[in-house]
Amino acid sequence: MNRPYGALAEFKSAAEIFHACEKVRDAQYRRWDAHTPFPVHGLDRAMGLPRSKLPIFVCIAGLTGVAAGMTMQWWMSAVDYRVIIAAKPFFSWQAFIPVTFEVMILFSAACAVFGMLFINRLPQWHHSLLKSERFRRASDDRFFICIEAQDAKFDPEQTVQFLKGLGAASVELVEE
Amino acid sequence: MVAQAHPEPLDRRVPLVDPPATIQQITESVAAPMEWKAPLGWWLFLAGSLSCLGIWLGSVGYLFWTGTGVWGVNNPVGWGFDIVNFVWWVGIGHAGTLISAVLFLFRQKWRTSINRFSEAMTLFAVVCALSFPTIHIGRAWLLYWVMPIPNQMAVWPNFRSPLLWDVFAVSVYGSVSALFWFVGLIPDLATMRDRATKKWQQLFYGVLALGWRSSHRHWQHYEVAYLLLAGLATPLVLSVHSVVSFDFAVSQIPGWHTTIFPPYFVAGAIFSGFGMVMTLMIIARSIFKLEHLVTRHHIENMAKVTLLTGSLVGYAYAMEFFVAWYSGNPYERFTFINRMFGPYWWAYWSMIFCNVVVPQALWFQSVRRNLGVLFVISILVNVGMWFERYVIVLTLARDTLPSSWGSYSPTIFDFSTYLGTFGIFFTFFTLFVRFLPMVAIAEVKAVLPEANPHHDDGHHAAHGGH
Repeated sequence: MNRPYGALAEFKSAAEIFHACEKVRDAQYRRWDAHTPFPVHGLDRAMGLPRSKLPIFVCIAGLTGVAAGMTMQWWMSAVDYRVIIAAKPFFSWQAFIPVTFEVMILFSAACAVFGMLFINRLPQWHHSLLKSERFRRASDDRFFICIEAQDAKFDPEQTVQFLKGLGAASVELVEE
Repeated sequence: MVAQAHPEPLDRRVPLVDPPATIQQITESVAAPMEWKAPLGWWLFLAGSLSCLGIWLGSVGYLFWTGTGVWGVNNPVGWGFDIVNFVWWVGIGHAGTLISAVLFLFRQKWRTSINRFSEAMTLFAVVCALSFPTIHIGRAWLLYWVMPIPNQMAVWPNFRSPLLWDVFAVSVYGSVSALFWFVGLIPDLATMRDRATKKWQQLFYGVLALGWRSSHRHWQHYEVAYLLLAGLATPLVLSVHSVVSFDFAVSQIPGWHTTIFPPYFVAGAIFSGFGMVMTLMIIARSIFKLEHLVTRHHIENMAKVTLLTGSLVGYAYAMEFFVAWYSGNPYERFTFINRMFGPYWWAYWSMIFCNVVVPQALWFQSVRRNLGVLFVISILVNVGMWFERYVIVLTLARDTLPSSWGSYSPTIFDFSTYLGTFGIFFTFFTLFVRFLPMVAIAEVKAVLPEANPHHDDGHHAAHGGH
């Protein structure tokens, strides 16, 4: 066997993985993850994860969208090519609100999606876990915990024993 | 955690999956239509849709070759079928966003069974809608003039025009709906990738799933992104049909220049959209054996939303009349009397019958639970909403000056182009139900009782089952 990527433990229910995650967290592991077919409610706290910072980025993107939308309309209507339309001022900002709003939504939504993918380092089509036959059920009806070999506390034997002790249905070492 | 006393009222809620299924059964039943050998009916439907698509290509080809004279548009009715069909299709899309975004914010868990399906409907309806302004401008190859892109005249679009707002509103709506839809699809594409047995499936689902590995560290950001998208799509969807209504309301034509238009258009849009979701869902759930995921309870909920929005639309019609009378404006008053008793009286009364009278049947539970009757009502709703836009646009035939009065009658090419957009819509839809999961697998699993990590904790067992 090549170098292990980590120890993969399989659980059969949301309740089991929830309690198992609390114990992995309390055992001071750092480089580990839970894999569940759907987001299990409250699992981020059971894993001890900090809050997502995505909303901050989306807020910045939204404000950028407001500035970009309004600046674009101001420059095009009042600076670059001025056309008198219906005797309105060149910079009639009230009439520019709808487009500004739409640009804000576009920027924020794009940031929410691509920001989420960036934080998650996706797309990543190649990953050691995807090579495990058993792991395929992570997107169906099974729940997994994977403790990575890179974790300082990782030990091929002890970690596997630890995971078995959490009530895992099966534990295997996944190749790098 | 769960209060010890009287937990029953919460548990007595109608189950969202009925009869109850395990997590794995959900995967199986949603994946089945993609893994079956395609039934004959699917091929027939695809052939029908492609034929309509061919009619669209032919009509549009002839239009490009000859010019907009092939249509019935004229002076004074410069906005004929194009704007009617544009508004109609955009409106249909609104139900998808309402279900996926607004009901998500309101924590309406029943939405999980129908949101993917209706979001797909949104996306395809927006494509159909966008085709109309594109061909209505006459020289479709100059479409980029409506965007703030440098062109040979060096002049920029007029940002004070509602028509330009519309360009931004609908194209942003289309883009955000596509993003929202794709984000929702990622985990389900991963499910399909992990089940794939054929090479093309592994490649198709594998590439689109972006390497999703159901990681909770990912889910955490994913859920935040989804919530943010719902929060962004909610004001967006309200803005889109408001802006569409500005196309009319900001002009100074009697019967159009009213402040009630934005809310009235949004209500009508959701009304017609729910009509379309019901039409499609009633067929799809039985063909693809999804009755336990899209239960009668779901259909009944949709019927209730249809009743609510239909009544809002009816109220708006009444209010328009009241204001026409109360304003004392003779032109306004004439417009509304003309709608009722003028040359297009049949369109007006079809609208009232389909949009105001028919949905009242939905007050009765027996009607809301009768799929056959609901199917007919849902189609009538869409017919009625089409006539609503027809009535509004045909206001142009009776201007304030009798010297500029005219009439409008669509030609065969107006009809064939409209029919052709059904080809666009149903071709996409037929491919969608075959190649993509039409129910959000991960989301439905998350609302199952066993998805709750505290499901098995002691006291819950006392009142058993669900």
